[in-house]
Amino acid sequence: MHELSIMSNLLSIAEGTANGAKICSLKVRIGPLSGVVIEALRFAFEALAPGSPAEGARFDIEETQLEFHCPDCGAVFNTPVGAYECPTCGCTRGELRGGNELELISIEVPDDV
Amino acid sequence: MCETCGCGHPHDHSHENGSTHTHTHEHTPVRTIEVQIPALALNQRHADQNRGWFRAKGLTVLNLLSSPGSGKTALLERTLQKVPHAAAIVGDLQTENDADRLRASGAQAIQITTGATCHLDAHMVMHALEKLDVEGLKTLFIENVGNLVCPASYDLGEDKRVVLLSTTEGEDKPLKYPVIFQNADLVLITKIDLAEAAGFDREKALASIRQAAPKATILEISSKTGEGMEAWTAWLAD
Repeated sequence: MHELSIMSNLLSIAEGTANGAKICSLKVRIGPLSGVVIEALRFAFEALAPGSPAEGARFDIEETQLEFHCPDCGAVFNTPVGAYECPTCGCTRGELRGGNELELISIEVPDDV
Repeated sequence: MCETCGCGHPHDHSHENGSTHTHTHEHTPVRTIEVQIPALALNQRHADQNRGWFRAKGLTVLNLLSSPGSGKTALLERTLQKVPHAAAIVGDLQTENDADRLRASGAQAIQITTGATCHLDAHMVMHALEKLDVEGLKTLFIENVGNLVCPASYDLGEDKRVVLLSTTEGEDKPLKYPVIFQNADLVLITKIDLAEAAGFDREKALASIRQAAPKATILEISSKTGEGMEAWTAWLAD
């Protein structure tokens, strides 16, 4: 249940960026290797946003896929967590290209500040 | 409240139920600010600071991860007796019990009690380092809070990650908790002396580990009998 502390970090980054303005929306990017449970993160947002500048804000989550590059055959492939075989040559030496994202991409603030 | 953007200003809308009742409201325009900052950016900064400090002191640092009861402390009790110039930082929610056990080996052991926190973070480790007498030390073990989920997300500044899987757990645990195994440098199968009694299926466990952690070295060990201890200490020295 470390989603609460992760959400708290995301909110403080958002608040620092908004610099006193109300936050209308937050957009985060989460990969399957981030170790974050999306439902738990949404729950944490609902718990932490009230009373903060992000109260009532929209919370958007962009989910990424696990992506590997195979150094043997050059294939780039998406795969579920726990299955790392290259679908082209069968090796498991794939280099991680994406899937561990856990970041605040952008926020929206009123355009009058 | 605006259901589209939650900004507190209702959007323009009209009803499509045939009624002539149509109304609009002024909506405050919003602007987007690109952020692109990792949620754990602060932890990453602390981890990088720790890493720099470890390098400056010539310390090799290992982060030990497993579920509770897989034998992290027992492994360290035996390891600290065999490996010279080593110390441990150990994380638990409560009690100094593990540090007390480890100190009995004669090595330094510093306890972090996290309260309700389910993982160690780089900042907690940074404060534990203030209590460490680093003079002459070469190896530092960080025994994480027993948990196969949350500690995976937190870099502590370590050189290597060691994930333990005991023979009394399910052989398919690496497939159930793939994230923590995915970036393991070493997977240690512990309590190998209990394998037969526990009906441990070695081939199934090895296949699960290879699938979840294809790049990890795999070793088998018993902290009770000492079986496999040579290979483990050789891996540490490597």
